[in-house]
Amino acid sequence: MPLVRARKVRASLPAGPPEMEQTLDQPRLRPVDATAAQARLSIRNLDFFYGTNQALKSIALDLPDKQVTGMIGPSGCGKSTLLRVLNRMYDLYPNQRATGEVLMDGENILSPDVDLNALRSRIGMVFQKPTPFPMTIFDNIAFGVKLHERLSRQEMSARVEWSLTRAALWTEVRDRLHSPAAGLSGGQQQRLCIARTIATRPEIILLDEPTSALDPISTLKIEELIDELKRDFTIAIVTHNMQQAARCADQVAFFYLGELVEVGDAGDIFTAPKQRRTQEYVTGRFG
Amino acid sequence: MDMTTHIPARDARVALTRGQRRRTIDRLARALALLATLVALAFLTSILLTLFYLGIPGLGLHVFTEVTKSPEAHGGLANAIVGSVAQTGLGTLIGTPIGLLAGTYLAEYSGRSALGQVVRFVSDILLSAPSILIGLFIYQILVAPTGGFSGFAGALALAILVIPIVVRTTEDMLRLIPISMREASIALGAPRWKTIVFICYRAALDGLLTGVLLAVARVAGETAPLLFTSLGNSGFSGLGSAMASMPVTIYQYAASAFDDWVQLAWTGALLVTMGVLAINITARLLVRRRQ
Repeated sequence: MPLVRARKVRASLPAGPPEMEQTLDQPRLRPVDATAAQARLSIRNLDFFYGTNQALKSIALDLPDKQVTGMIGPSGCGKSTLLRVLNRMYDLYPNQRATGEVLMDGENILSPDVDLNALRSRIGMVFQKPTPFPMTIFDNIAFGVKLHERLSRQEMSARVEWSLTRAALWTEVRDRLHSPAAGLSGGQQQRLCIARTIATRPEIILLDEPTSALDPISTLKIEELIDELKRDFTIAIVTHNMQQAARCADQVAFFYLGELVEVGDAGDIFTAPKQRRTQEYVTGRFG
Repeated sequence: MDMTTHIPARDARVALTRGQRRRTIDRLARALALLATLVALAFLTSILLTLFYLGIPGLGLHVFTEVTKSPEAHGGLANAIVGSVAQTGLGTLIGTPIGLLAGTYLAEYSGRSALGQVVRFVSDILLSAPSILIGLFIYQILVAPTGGFSGFAGALALAILVIPIVVRTTEDMLRLIPISMREASIALGAPRWKTIVFICYRAALDGLLTGVLLAVARVAGETAPLLFTSLGNSGFSGLGSAMASMPVTIYQYAASAFDDWVQLAWTGALLVTMGVLAINITARLLVRRRQ
């Protein structure tokens, strides 16, 4: 249902400053890419452990370029864990360990000599709860950008406007860019977090239940936003809400007890799943 | 037995007596708490009233403009005030960065490591160490070898008292910052140190500042650590030589046989108390703004 409406929203969205759109097309961000559905990220034979407890078992999954991959499954099935592997967030915790391969441009991002800060600038993440930093709206966005780029004042203003526009928040905050971000509503805060993430111009955006703490209106806005963002970004979204997966995702992966049970086109997973467990889950018989 | 249909009966009289008993205990506890509060407040008010009653008569411009002089010479406390501000200020300047860094280590880096446990334990011991020991320690390692009392030695002794207070508040305040805030920063590609400095410190700023202010308030009234280090001085002096301070001057004057010295001691005590009170109130206001 919302796909049609989302397209309308996209058409009416103000475009970013032209020079910004251009920089987005620079080679670093847009590798020459013949087939549109080529895998942006390939997960191969991935195992993950919390201490001795295995949370993911030989996962193999591709994230197709500029598509939305929805990850569904009951609590504790490993879908959020998988997301935290993809930007090496688990590295913060000494007892967590991943083996296998996650390939991006032919490079295994699980390798110990990967530059984690550079990796995280290429693979952004938005969390379940909005996490505005204790600073102004402008500075929330500038903080991430300044980590990786040296911009003039005008360039930074343009970047902030661009990212807020892409996150469908610009018109709501343009007059209070220099007030504290904590003053925004929950839904606005989450869109600010998305703006903050896309401002660093990642190639992949990981969304970990981004709407579970939001009201339905804000949820709708974020879902429309996701549909808009996949023009430029490859997106992976973890969600407990199957309608959301059906609305947002092009590809859906169903996880159960640390295993990837089934992956396929969103339509197929919800209407004609091949596995019995998938069908039982998507029809609400468990989970 | 079918648990869904058979609901155990509830005796209304039992519920009533239990409720009455609960209310009686509640009233008793509340009365005791109130009494304890009043006793504590009575002492505090009595101290403040005595200070006002005996301190105010000696107040005057000369207290702030004249240095300490011999009895009957109409001296003031100017050198003691300047000395206290200088030693407390320098002590805070030395102690705060060390305490801040150690507290940051404990909250952000140590995890459950043995070193972290030891640092925390030692810091807590230091927090409750008798302050005269700190004075003797500085006397042994600095004053005795260099052969001279100095304001700098006094500041160093105060710095050692500042450190554990700042360590404790820094660790506590940083632990209040949710993990999600740190993860959000790291997910943007921020290195750990930038996350701590620009996100965690910023989020905890009021709390960190409160810790420093409480430390200042605590050491501003310390006498014992200064007796063996800065000693006291009857005129203005630099940090390089023996230096006057409020607590030491009060200590010496209050025990003297001269009425005008005793009067200055009371006035000085009033000034120190008001200063410490002002710092404490500022700290509380900062915490309140945070909540």
